[in-house]
Amino acid sequence: MSDTNGRAPDWGVPKASATEGQRSGHETVTTVHTDPDAINDMVASASREHIGHGSDGSVDGFSSTRTLPLRVELLRQLRRRRTQGLLGFLVVLPFVLWAAFEFGSDSSNRRSGGFVDLATASAPNFVVFVLFAAGSFLLPMIVALFFGDTVASESSWSSLKYLLSMPIPRLRLLRQKAITSGILSLLALALLPAVALVVGMVFYGVGEAVSPTGDAVPFSDSLLAMLFAVLYLAVHLMWVAAVALFLSVSTDAPLGAVGGAVLVSILSQILDQITALGDLRDYLPTHYAFAWSDLISTDIDWTAMTEGAFSAVCYAAVFGLLAARRFARKDITS
Amino acid sequence: MAAGALVAALAAAGVVWLNTGDEPPPVATADQVVDVPGGPGEAPTVRLDTRLYLPESTPAPAVLVAHGFGGSKESVDDDAMELARRGFTVLTWSARGFGRSTGRIGLNSPEHEVADARALVDWLAQRPEVVTDGPGDPRVGVTGGSYGGALSLLLAGTDPRVDTLVPLITYNDLGQALVPNSAQREPVDAGTPAVNAFADDGVFKRSWAGIFFAAGMGGAGLADPAGDAVEEGTEDDDAAEAAAAQAVNGPGPRGGGQQAPTDPCGRFTPAVCAAYAQIAQTGQADEATMALLRSVSPATVTGRITQPTMLVQGEQDTLFGLDQADATARQLAGPVKVVWYTGGHDGGRPGPELRAEIGEWFDFHLRGIGSDPGTGFEYAVQGALRAQGSPSVRTVTAPAYPGVGGAAPVQRRPVPLAGPEQVVVNPPGGNPASISSMPGLGSVIGSSSRLAGRLAVDLPGQSARFRSEAMTQQLLIAGASTVRLRVSAVPGTPPPPGGAVLFAKVYDLDANGVRTLPGSAVSAFRVPDLPADGAPVEVTVTLPGIVRPVETDHSVELVVTTTDQAYQMPAQPAAYRVALASADLAVPLVAGVGSSTAPPAGPLIGIAVVVGLVVLIGVVAYVRRRRADRFEPDLADVPLVIEDLSKEYPGGLKAVSDLSFRVESGQVLGLLGPNGAGKTTTLRMLMGLIQPTGGTIRVFGHSVRPGAPVLSRIGSFVEGAGFLPHLTGRQNMELYWAATGRPVEEAHFAEALEIAGLGGAVDRRVRTYSQGMRQRLAIAQAMLGFPDLMVLDEPTNGLDPPQIHQMREVLRRYASTGRTVLVSSHLLAEVEQTCDHVVVMHRGRLVAAGTVEDIVAGGGEATFRVDDPQAAAEALRGVGGVDGVTVDGDLVHADLDGMPRSRALKVLVDAGVAVEQAGPRRRLEDAFLQLVGEEPQR
Repeated sequence: MSDTNGRAPDWGVPKASATEGQRSGHETVTTVHTDPDAINDMVASASREHIGHGSDGSVDGFSSTRTLPLRVELLRQLRRRRTQGLLGFLVVLPFVLWAAFEFGSDSSNRRSGGFVDLATASAPNFVVFVLFAAGSFLLPMIVALFFGDTVASESSWSSLKYLLSMPIPRLRLLRQKAITSGILSLLALALLPAVALVVGMVFYGVGEAVSPTGDAVPFSDSLLAMLFAVLYLAVHLMWVAAVALFLSVSTDAPLGAVGGAVLVSILSQILDQITALGDLRDYLPTHYAFAWSDLISTDIDWTAMTEGAFSAVCYAAVFGLLAARRFARKDITS
Repeated sequence: MAAGALVAALAAAGVVWLNTGDEPPPVATADQVVDVPGGPGEAPTVRLDTRLYLPESTPAPAVLVAHGFGGSKESVDDDAMELARRGFTVLTWSARGFGRSTGRIGLNSPEHEVADARALVDWLAQRPEVVTDGPGDPRVGVTGGSYGGALSLLLAGTDPRVDTLVPLITYNDLGQALVPNSAQREPVDAGTPAVNAFADDGVFKRSWAGIFFAAGMGGAGLADPAGDAVEEGTEDDDAAEAAAAQAVNGPGPRGGGQQAPTDPCGRFTPAVCAAYAQIAQTGQADEATMALLRSVSPATVTGRITQPTMLVQGEQDTLFGLDQADATARQLAGPVKVVWYTGGHDGGRPGPELRAEIGEWFDFHLRGIGSDPGTGFEYAVQGALRAQGSPSVRTVTAPAYPGVGGAAPVQRRPVPLAGPEQVVVNPPGGNPASISSMPGLGSVIGSSSRLAGRLAVDLPGQSARFRSEAMTQQLLIAGASTVRLRVSAVPGTPPPPGGAVLFAKVYDLDANGVRTLPGSAVSAFRVPDLPADGAPVEVTVTLPGIVRPVETDHSVELVVTTTDQAYQMPAQPAAYRVALASADLAVPLVAGVGSSTAPPAGPLIGIAVVVGLVVLIGVVAYVRRRRADRFEPDLADVPLVIEDLSKEYPGGLKAVSDLSFRVESGQVLGLLGPNGAGKTTTLRMLMGLIQPTGGTIRVFGHSVRPGAPVLSRIGSFVEGAGFLPHLTGRQNMELYWAATGRPVEEAHFAEALEIAGLGGAVDRRVRTYSQGMRQRLAIAQAMLGFPDLMVLDEPTNGLDPPQIHQMREVLRRYASTGRTVLVSSHLLAEVEQTCDHVVVMHRGRLVAAGTVEDIVAGGGEATFRVDDPQAAAEALRGVGGVDGVTVDGDLVHADLDGMPRSRALKVLVDAGVAVEQAGPRRRLEDAFLQLVGEEPQR
């Protein structure tokens, strides 16, 4: 055993490994060297310790079911500037929208009964508006970012091969990464309406949620409706997640995977605009993207949401399985 | 995988299936002129221009479709076609006085137009294409809009053979429609939502009446809405714009074949013409006119209608408002379903969804198909706040029309109004006048931008306002509010002889003070016998029937004006005091019931099936992976055995072929080969990163596959470092180890980081590292946990000579702890100085394998550099046991066969040959250089 005792070892590096006088944080490549004593330490320590191994060949203390714990993967992702920046952006966005409404148009020119009034009628309406504004591009992009980047960025950093040769079984790696991306996506998905709700409550007051069809939902019910809206969006966006994950295991370029998934989403939305396609549009993955707006109603019609969930689950299953299959058989050459 | 393909195939099949068989069934039409008796005061026979629509299969129940005022059988062609496609035999005709039919317009006179319709029912009874209930009794329903709707009611009330009817946007009492009076001194029985006082002696609705009269002259068909009304689920703007365009241009020529009128009465009967002239000239209807209007009104027969009736009325209708349908619903003797939709004479005809609902009504009541549409009440609510492109209409469904057929009376919420008594003035000639609606043009304005509600203008001095507090929650007005007002003449300005004429309307006032007049609707009322001395008269005013959500922060404003553009006003100037007699506006509310709350089962089952399939596939994959482990106990102590390993890439490139070698415990083995020899591919296969196409790799007896647990005994550095650039070196190491899930104390971070020797740089982000620093950190990472086998691919690339030297030392010392090191390199010197064993590869094949000693010293062969090679060769050949002597320039090679090189040297010296250099023959280097020399081919 090593000379550390207990589970809280001292991470400190012996300063002896850096030569005297050059420790002030300005080390350059030339100062990097291994002290002969370090080798002796290593050899002494390695000679003392020989860890046994189990019947499946794994070294004692290793179990593939304990590899890449979610906590570790979350930590790996949360420390990324990209993740922090995105979450920060979602916090700022409702304020930006509020400012746009506040300063964007002078009140004399304000078209009453229109878009602005609908969005600023109450806190729930502001949340609905924010979700609407984000629904077609931002939300799919966030999900595509978390899922598309997750494996492809490891490929691009060359760290994927080290994760796999720990070894983390491939499907476990994919699963843990998908769950982590899912948690982050859900966090982002909940953060946006939550901040919007707070902004709305401060600036527009607690009031009824009013739908474009003139339906008014009491504030307490509208909170529940928003919760369900987030849940529906989470289910609906599973299709983007699965497509992004599939692209993520198919390419070493994180941007390619993210952009590809966003492109698919945009393409689907464009096709959805073509009314000539008729019922065929029901099969487009984005067709039910706004089905959650049915929740802002005193008499909730679950039909579109159920169909949307089914559509999303089908797409997610197909692309998720394809992603798993490809990743399980892929040659890792990055 | 198979399941994925299955899902895709199912989806594709579904697409194909859903898109087949959508052709509408064919409909045959036959135009025919039917002669009917002319009736009293008319020609003996009138020729009706009819068209019969025959569905795919006959006989079928029949539906009569009557057209609106100013239209003809052509204007209901679309509706008739739709019903015929549903499977009904449909009969349309131009009413007398319209289109190609002869005769004169009697405004649905019982002896004329209604008798015509009865004659057509007779005619239908003879047709073989029509199902009959008995001899001379066809199974027949009747529908029609406006004028045609009134005919439906009049026919059903006088002909029991009619089985069901759907009158649309029509009147109950034509007198009240054209000369309304919405106030009376007594309280109004307000059990139904859109009740109107319907008092006598009303105010002439001159603009609509004029449009009506012009339509009878063959003029514009503005009396007959053209575009579709906005419906639930319709995305606003396109639908509304289409409707507006259609309304402006009209649906094509109507009433074709009419001559320009030469008679001032046009095609009206003299009685109708005289009545119009009387009322238009005086502004007040006399007894005879009112008697005529009443005689042609459905109100005369509604008490006899026992057939199931679906009453459809428009919310945008200043001609026949919701109050007209309300009155009919109260009077009907049979079951009634009431539908209020967003259109009307100002808003458009029923849209596709409502037309389908009408079709379903006939399906059930004439053919027994489908579910019972019941006797409920539906009203469409158009939102006050609108997001672009989103549907703005929803439907509220109530179990019954309140106050009708035993249903509870409508709930009325008192909304307190406030405002002092105000004086309003009627200007001389009633001009300028307030504006509430644009009759006939309402659908153009109303549907395109909903400006209609904003168009309303109330002139100062002519209007009294009473306002409510701002709403604290939404108030959904569904019908006609009532209010009690106190009106008195201002002493000194006597009221006109006919009494005070006033107009009341309800505005929706938003927080910014922008007012909207829902439905553009206004209630005209007359207070007759207003005392000239200023004594007040209290009246109950029934306001227009509207559907309007008044949002939170909005308030309701009651406005009473003396003038309105659309009505005839007294010419005499007057002034009145108007005050609230009771503070409350009684607002009708109709609560809806949930229509469909349960999610559909199909998609839910689908979700369950898909999730089940995924779980199943997951379980199968897991079980397969469990089975894959194979263990060779004999090799449990051998770090690495590779047998017949091959890797062929698609396209035929063979990176590794038939490679076999073995690494024993404690060795430092060098995998030597030029770039592209397949070293890295081999190491990647060893780490389970690349799938071999053939052969096996066993590590400590366990076969290697992706994720094999035995890989946990290997520490690796393969082709470049892999770190998260946004983390420091130390964080990278910590997270790497944390990801293995192994106990933290087994990692030995301190020792590994000492080996890396990065000093303070270990706490800098990795993206700032040089190539060499990353390399050293990566090797330290491979060393974490002191693995039993350490695999390093080109570990000295990018390091400077002192670092390379240290690295050799590290590897040798590491192996000395009983562990095994596998190093690949393309440099012979590297391998020679670091390793004790070597495997030479070239082009994916094994070239040589053995100890470095064996291979370098090659079985006692020696090389001598001499001044006289020939003499040296001679001398060596002369020694017993020495063979294989060759000359190569100034070098002489010989197999000494166990004889020490010192003895051979002595032989040479004795032979007089000057020896410059003597050593083992470097066959490995020769071979290796030769291999490298062949490189240009790649």
